[in-house]
Amino acid sequence: MGGALTARSLRVALGPGAQAPCPVDGVDLDIAAGECVVLLGESGCGKSLTALALMRLLPDGLTLVGGRASLGEIDLFALPEQAMRTVRGGRMAMIFQEPMLSLNPVMTIAAQVAEALRVHRDPQAATIGDATARLLDAVGLEVRLGASYPFQLSGGQRQRALIATMLAGEPELLIADEPTTALDVTVQAQILRLLRGLRAARGMSLLLITHDLDVARDMADRVIVMYAGQVVEAADRATLYRQPFHPYTRKLFSVLPSAHARGQRLAAIPGAVPPLGTKHRGCRFAARCDRAFARCHEEAPLLREIGSGHQVRCHLDAGAGAIVTMPAVQTTTAQGIEPASTRLFEVADLQVHFPIRKGLLRRVTGWFKAVDGVDLAIDRGETVALVGESGCGKTTLARAMLRLIPPTHGDIRLEGQSLLALGESALREARARMQIVFQDPFSSLNPRLRVGEILEEGLRSLRLDLDRGQRTARIDELLGKVGLGADAAGRYPHAFSGGQRQRIAIARALAVEPRLLVCDEPTSALDVSVQAQILSLLQDLQAADGLGYLFIAHNLPVVGYLADRIAVMYRGRIVEEGPAPKVMAAPAHPYTQLLLESAPGRGLRAEPPESRSEDGSTGCAFFGRCPKAEPRCATVRPELLPVDDRRVACHLARTER
Amino acid sequence: MNLGFRPELLWSDALLFLLLAVVVMFAWRSARNEHLRAPWRRVARSRLGMSAAVVLIAYACIGIVDSLHYRPALPATEGQPVQYAAEVRSLLDVLTGELRTRVEDSYSAPFSLHLYSRETVTQPDGSQARVFPRLQHAGVGLADAAAARADIVWRGLRGIALGALGGALVLIVAAFAVGRRLGGWRAGWMAIRCAPECSGLRAGLATLIGLLVLGAIAVQLVPNYHVLGTDKVGTDVFYLSLKSVRTGLLIGTLTTLVTLPLALLLGLAAGYYGGRVDDVIQYLYTTLNSIPGVLLIASAVLVAQVQIELHPELFDTAAARSDLRLVSLCLILGMTSWTGLARLLRAETLKLREMDYIQAARAFGVSRARIIGRHIVPNVAHLVLITVAIDFSGLVLAEAVLSYVGVGVDPVTASWGNMINGARLELAREPMVWWQLSAAFVFMFALVLSANLFADSVRDAFDPRAAGQG
Repeated sequence: MGGALTARSLRVALGPGAQAPCPVDGVDLDIAAGECVVLLGESGCGKSLTALALMRLLPDGLTLVGGRASLGEIDLFALPEQAMRTVRGGRMAMIFQEPMLSLNPVMTIAAQVAEALRVHRDPQAATIGDATARLLDAVGLEVRLGASYPFQLSGGQRQRALIATMLAGEPELLIADEPTTALDVTVQAQILRLLRGLRAARGMSLLLITHDLDVARDMADRVIVMYAGQVVEAADRATLYRQPFHPYTRKLFSVLPSAHARGQRLAAIPGAVPPLGTKHRGCRFAARCDRAFARCHEEAPLLREIGSGHQVRCHLDAGAGAIVTMPAVQTTTAQGIEPASTRLFEVADLQVHFPIRKGLLRRVTGWFKAVDGVDLAIDRGETVALVGESGCGKTTLARAMLRLIPPTHGDIRLEGQSLLALGESALREARARMQIVFQDPFSSLNPRLRVGEILEEGLRSLRLDLDRGQRTARIDELLGKVGLGADAAGRYPHAFSGGQRQRIAIARALAVEPRLLVCDEPTSALDVSVQAQILSLLQDLQAADGLGYLFIAHNLPVVGYLADRIAVMYRGRIVEEGPAPKVMAAPAHPYTQLLLESAPGRGLRAEPPESRSEDGSTGCAFFGRCPKAEPRCATVRPELLPVDDRRVACHLARTER
Repeated sequence: MNLGFRPELLWSDALLFLLLAVVVMFAWRSARNEHLRAPWRRVARSRLGMSAAVVLIAYACIGIVDSLHYRPALPATEGQPVQYAAEVRSLLDVLTGELRTRVEDSYSAPFSLHLYSRETVTQPDGSQARVFPRLQHAGVGLADAAAARADIVWRGLRGIALGALGGALVLIVAAFAVGRRLGGWRAGWMAIRCAPECSGLRAGLATLIGLLVLGAIAVQLVPNYHVLGTDKVGTDVFYLSLKSVRTGLLIGTLTTLVTLPLALLLGLAAGYYGGRVDDVIQYLYTTLNSIPGVLLIASAVLVAQVQIELHPELFDTAAARSDLRLVSLCLILGMTSWTGLARLLRAETLKLREMDYIQAARAFGVSRARIIGRHIVPNVAHLVLITVAIDFSGLVLAEAVLSYVGVGVDPVTASWGNMINGARLELAREPMVWWQLSAAFVFMFALVLSANLFADSVRDAFDPRAAGQG
C-alpha cells in the first residue's frame, strides 16, 4: 500500500507580511509506507500545526507560506480544494485529542461511520450496514454500540468510534494528534494497541503527535523532536532512546520523573518554550541550553546528519552525543522531620454519597457512592499519593477532606482535632492548616483579580492579625518562595504561562502557612519541563517546612518518583496502600498491576482483561475487570487488610502469602 | 429670595440623576480597572459603536435638559408671598423658546403656511368663504408660498454654514486633544485623518458634525415654520418629538434600575445557593414568565392609575401626577422583565460556582457573600452590561406599544407612543396626515437603531471569546 508522505520546508505564518511570526518554520517530514513516525515536543512547538498544514486545515489567520508536500504521487499543496476534500479522510485522515468535539452529538455512532463510508466509497452500496459493522468490529467496539450516541459512550469508546469513522475511507496515512492524552492509562494502552494493530493490519502509515516520551517509545519507528517550530532532532526509535544527541532531547529525558529517580533531584530546563513571535538569532534553544557556547547565540544551526538517519540541529560535535550526563544527584532532606505523637492528618471510614434523584418530586431513589469508606493517614513531611482512574473518587475524597463537600459518614482529624465537629469559626481556623492546589492553573485563578489580590485573599480571611503592610510583605515573600518576581503581584493571571500560574496557585495555598497541602493533579496540565520545575518546587517546600502532601495523580512515574506511600483507589475505595517503592515494584492488587502494566513505555505488553458482564455490586468492585478473579470475588467483598507493611483489599493477596 | 422660578424635582428626575450617578461611578471604576477599560477601548475603536454612541449622547443630553424642571413665578401681587405657576416647565422649554406657545388651531403639514383643513372665515368685505386659513406662527411676514420656499432655502443654507462652522470648531478641538499626546495639533490632525486606531473617533466625529449641521438647520428653520407640522390641537410636532425623548429614555433606563437589583440578587442567589432557594426563585420566574406580559402590565398599570386617581391630594401639579404614572410604569416593566437576566445569571453562576478559584476561596473560609461579591459578580459583569444595553431598545419600543394600547404613560405626557396613538385614526384622511406618525417613527428609529448598534459593539467588546482579537 501507499501512504509515503514527504514534506519539505513547511512554513506556516501567523498573519500577513514577511515579518509575520512562523509557528512552523521549515519542517521536513518523511514517512515511509507503513511506518509510524512520532512528532514529539512540548506544547507550542508547532506539532499540531504541522499536521493541520499537511491536511490543509489550518485555522483562520494562519497561512502556509512555503514548502511542498506529497502523499504518494499527489502533490498535496497543488490540489484544488475540491480534490483535496476526497484526499482528506480518503487517503489521509486525522483524529484529535478530544473525540467528543469531533463526533456529532446528535447522530449515532453507526450513522456517523456510515456517513463517512458513503462519502468515501460507493454511495449506493447496499452493504453499508455490513461495512459499518466490520469497521466497528475492527476498532473493538461491539456492533450494538453503533446505535448509541456519543454521550452514552466512555472516553475510550468515543475515541474508538472516531477512529472507525476515520478508517472508513481506508486512509493510507492516519494522523493522530495526542489521541490518548485525555484518557486514563488503562484506556490509553488499549487505544495505542488498537492503533498499532490497525497499522499492521492495514499497512497504514501513522503520524502520531504526542508530548509523552513513553508513548513515543511504545509506538514509533522514527521520532522527530520539534522545538519552537523547527525539527531539532530526528532519528529512529532505538537510536534516539539510546543516544539522544540534541541538548533539548536529552533534557526531555532527564526531566522525566520515574521510580528510578527517587530521591534525586529532577534536572530542570530553565524557562519555557519561547512565545510565538520571538525574534530568534542563533539557536532557538540556546537561551535554555546549559551547553550553549558563543556560536549558539550567533548562528542558527542547520539540520545535519550525524549518523544513518539521525539528524540534529545543533552546533555541538557529534562525539559529545555519546555521553548522556545524568543531572547532579541531590537527595531531598525531608527525612529530618521528627515524627510527632499525633498524626498530621487522618481520615477514618470516610464516605461521600450523592443522592440520585428521580421523578417529578425529585425523590431520592439511590445513592452514588463516590467515596465509600476510606481510611488514610498522612504524617508531617510525608507525601502520600492517591492514584486511580478518573471517576474513582480521588477528587471527591480530597474535597471532602478539606470539608469543601460535606462527608456523609466518617471522621476527619487534623492534628488530632476532628474537623467534622467544628463550628464555622473553628473550622475557619483549621482551614489555615490545610490547603489545596488544583489541576488546571487556568481555572484556579480568578481572571479579574491581580495576583497580589489572589494571594491576599487567604490572608485577609484567615490571618486577621496582619495589617496591610504585613500582608504586602508576606505576598512578596511568597512570590519569592515560588520563584516569581515581586512585580508579579500587580499583574493579572493571563499574563502568566501555565507553569507560572501553577506557582501562583501554590503560593496562594502557602500564604496561610498550612501543614497539609492537597495537590490535585498539580502537574497534569503542564509540559514535562515545567512539570519538573513544579515537582522540584514542591520538594523544596516540603524540605523547608515539613509539609504533608496528599498528591493526587494518575501519572504513575510521577507518583513513583515523588511519593513516600501510595494509595490506589478504585470505585470509591482504597484497594491497595503501602510504601511507594514496594507498590511500584511488586503491586499486590490486580488493579494496581493493571495500572502499572498499562503505563506507557513498557511496550504495551499487557493484554486487556476480558471484562465480565457481572458487576461487583455485592462482591469485589474490581471483579468485572479482574484477570484473576475467583467465584468468591463475585459475592464476598474483600476488606482492606494488612499484608506485610501494606494494606490490600483482595482475597488473592492473602491466599498467596 | 425670589429667583423668578422654583426648581421642581419630580420622582423620575430624582431617579434619573441617581442612575446618572451610578453610571458616572461605574465609568470611574472602569477607568481604574484594566479589565473593564480594555473592552471599552475596543468599543471606542468600533466605527458603528462610536457613531451610535454620539447619537445616544445627543438623545441623553436632550433627555437630561428636559429633566431639569422648574415652576415659573406668577406675576407678583403686592403684599402677597410669591406664587408659582401650576405648570411645570423644563430647561428644554426655555431652550426651545417660543416653540411651546406657538400653537395653531389644528393640523398643518410640515413647512406649510396654511391649516390642513378649510374653515369658513369672514373676509374683510364681510362675505364668507371656505379657505385654508393662514397659520399664525408660520411664515410670518412672508407673502406667499414662493417667498416661503426662498426663505426656507436661505435659512437652510445658513443652517448648513453654521453647522459646518461648529463642525470645524469640533475638529480643531479634537485635533488639539489628540495631538497633546502626539506632540502638536498637526500630528493630532494627521492621526484623526488616517490612523487606523482612530477609526472609531473618526466615525464619531463625522456623526457629531452631521448632527451639528442638522441641529443648526433646525435652529434656523424652527422660529418661523412648523418643520414637522402640527398635531390635532395645533402643537408643534417637532416640539412634541423632542419632549418625547425624555419619556423614551426614562422608560429604557429607569426600568433597568428596577431590573438590575432584582435580577442580580435572585439570579446569583439561585445559582450559588442552589437547592430550595433555587427552586423557589425558579418557580417565581417561571410563573411570572407564563403570564402574558401585556396582560400583567395592563392590570398593574390600571391598579396604579386608580390609586393615583383616588389620591389627588398627593399631587400639587398635573405634571407630578403623570410623572408618577411614568415611574410606576417603569416599576411595573422592571418587575416583569428581570426574569431573562436572572435566568442568564443563574446559569453563569452555576458554572462559576464549580470553578477552582471559588473552591480555593472556600478552602480559605471566605464568606459566601464575599465570594459572590469578589469572585462571581466581576465575572458576570459583562453579561449584565450586554443585557442592559440590549434590553434598552426593547423597552423603548415596549413603551410605544403600551401607550398605543392605552396602558402606557399618561395621555398628557409627550411620548412617541401617544403620538402614534393620536395619529393612527388620521391616517385614513385624504390627504393623509402622515407627519405625526413619521416624526415619532424617525425619532424612535434613530434612538433604537443606535442603541442596538451600540449594544452590538458592547457585546462584541465584552464577549470573552472575542477578547483575544483586536
